[in-house]
Amino acid sequence: MRIRFHQSLDDLKEKLLVMAGMAEQAIQRAIEAYRTRDTSICDLVMHGELAINKLEREIDQMALDLLAMEQPMAIDLRFILAVIKINADLERVGDQAVNIAERVCDLNAFAAAEMPIDIPHMASVASAMVRKALQAFIEGDAELAESVLAMDDQVDKMNEAAYYSLSLLIKDQPALTAQALNALVISRNLERVADHATNIAEDVIFWVRGADVRHHQSQSQNAAS
Amino acid sequence: MGVGIKISDLNAWYGTNHSLQEIQLDIPANHATALIGPSGCGKSTFLRCLNRMHETNPIARVTGKVLINEVDIYAESSPVEIRRRVGMVFQRPNPFPTMSIYDNVASGLKLNGFRSRRVLDEVVERSLRQSALWDEVKDDLKKKSGASLSGGQQQRLCIARALAVDPEVMLMDEPASALDPISTAKIEDLIFELKSQYTIVIVTHNMQQAARVAENTGFFLMGKLVEFDSTHKIFTNPRDKRTEDYITGRFG
Repeated sequence: MRIRFHQSLDDLKEKLLVMAGMAEQAIQRAIEAYRTRDTSICDLVMHGELAINKLEREIDQMALDLLAMEQPMAIDLRFILAVIKINADLERVGDQAVNIAERVCDLNAFAAAEMPIDIPHMASVASAMVRKALQAFIEGDAELAESVLAMDDQVDKMNEAAYYSLSLLIKDQPALTAQALNALVISRNLERVADHATNIAEDVIFWVRGADVRHHQSQSQNAAS
Repeated sequence: MGVGIKISDLNAWYGTNHSLQEIQLDIPANHATALIGPSGCGKSTFLRCLNRMHETNPIARVTGKVLINEVDIYAESSPVEIRRRVGMVFQRPNPFPTMSIYDNVASGLKLNGFRSRRVLDEVVERSLRQSALWDEVKDDLKKKSGASLSGGQQQRLCIARALAVDPEVMLMDEPASALDPISTAKIEDLIFELKSQYTIVIVTHNMQQAARVAENTGFFLMGKLVEFDSTHKIFTNPRDKRTEDYITGRFG
C-alpha cells in the first residue's frame, strides 16, 4: 500500500478545491460588482488574482513533484494530469473575473444604462457549470461531468444573442456604444468561463474513465485509437 | 504480428499447491512481453514452464500446451532441445566462475558438439557484440574469468552465453533487479535491441522497466493471468480493477 503517496493525492485534491473556491468567488464578486456598480468589489477581484496565481504555481509544483518522485500509474497518473489541466483552467477563470471587473470599472465611468442582455443570468449559468464540474471532480462522477458538457451550448447561445442585441443597440443608440461594448466583453468573458467549466468536466471524464472526449471525440474513436 | 509462444490450458503445481491456473496466452513473436504481479503470483513459475524448467523440481507438475513457433515443447521436444531454443537469464548473473569470458560464451556451443575454432570465434564475437559487451572485454577474452567482471557485465555475459546457441526465445527473470541504474539501463537498451530478433519474455517487479521495454504486459495474481494487453493500456487505463489496484499500489 502506498499510503503516503495516496495521502499526497488527497492533499493535492484539497488544494485544487481551495483554488476552485477562489476562482468561483472571483466570478461571483465580479458579477456582484456589475450588478451594484461597486468599484470597491472590482478591487477585491483584482487583488484576489494574485492569490489565485500563487496557488496555481503551488499546485503545479506539487503535481510535478508527485510525477517525478512517485511515478504514478493508471488512474493516479490520469488524476495528476487532470489536476494540472484543471488548475490552468481555474487560473483562467480567475483571469476572466479580472477582465469582467476591469470592464465594470470602465462602465462605472458612464451613466447607468439599461442593456438588452441579462448578464447576471448568464453568469449564474456559467457559475453553475463551474460548480457542477467541480462537484463531479470531488465525487469522481463522470456522468455529472457529462451533464456540464450539455450546458455549454446554452451559454454559447446567450453570448451570440448578446452580440446581436448589443449590435442593434449600438446602431440605434450610438451614445451607448461604450456601455454596449463593455457589456459585450463581459458576455464574452462569461462564455469563456463556461468553456473552462467544459474543459474541467472533460478532464474529470478523462480521469475517471480514461476516455478523451475533447473536441467531441466519441467513445468509439477512443477505443479505436 | 505472429505468435511466438502459444499457451493453452496451462496449469502448474508445486506438490498440492496449484500455482498456475488455466493460463491462455498468445505471446507475440519478436516483441518484448513483460509479466508483472506480486511475489508468489505465479509469474516466475509461468516463465519456467516456457522452457520446461518447472518440471526439474521433483514435486512439480505441468499440464496444458506450450507451442513455440508451433512446436509443442511438452509433446514434441526434449528438455535439452528446448533449452537450446529458449535461452534464460536469471535475477543474479551466474557465469561459470572458473571459465574464461570466451569459454563462458562458447560453452553452449561446445556442449552441442561444435569444435571448429573459427566458428567458435565468430559466434563468441557476435554474441558479445549483440550483448553490448564486446568493446569492454575483447582484449581479455581468454585472460579473465567471467567472475572477474562487474555485476552488470556478468549479466550481459550471461545474455551473450544464451544468445550464442541462437535461441528463438529469451526468458528473463528480473534480469536487472540486482544491478545499479547504469547497468540496468544497459540491460534495458539491450532488450530493446534484441527484441526485433527474438521473442523476449521478461518478469519484472519494476513497472517502469516493463513500461520502457515491453510492448505487451500481463498481470498475474494468485496463479491466474488477470489481464494481458498493450503495455500502454495496462499502465494508463487497465480494464481490470485488480490490475489497477496493483499498479497504483492500492493492494493489500
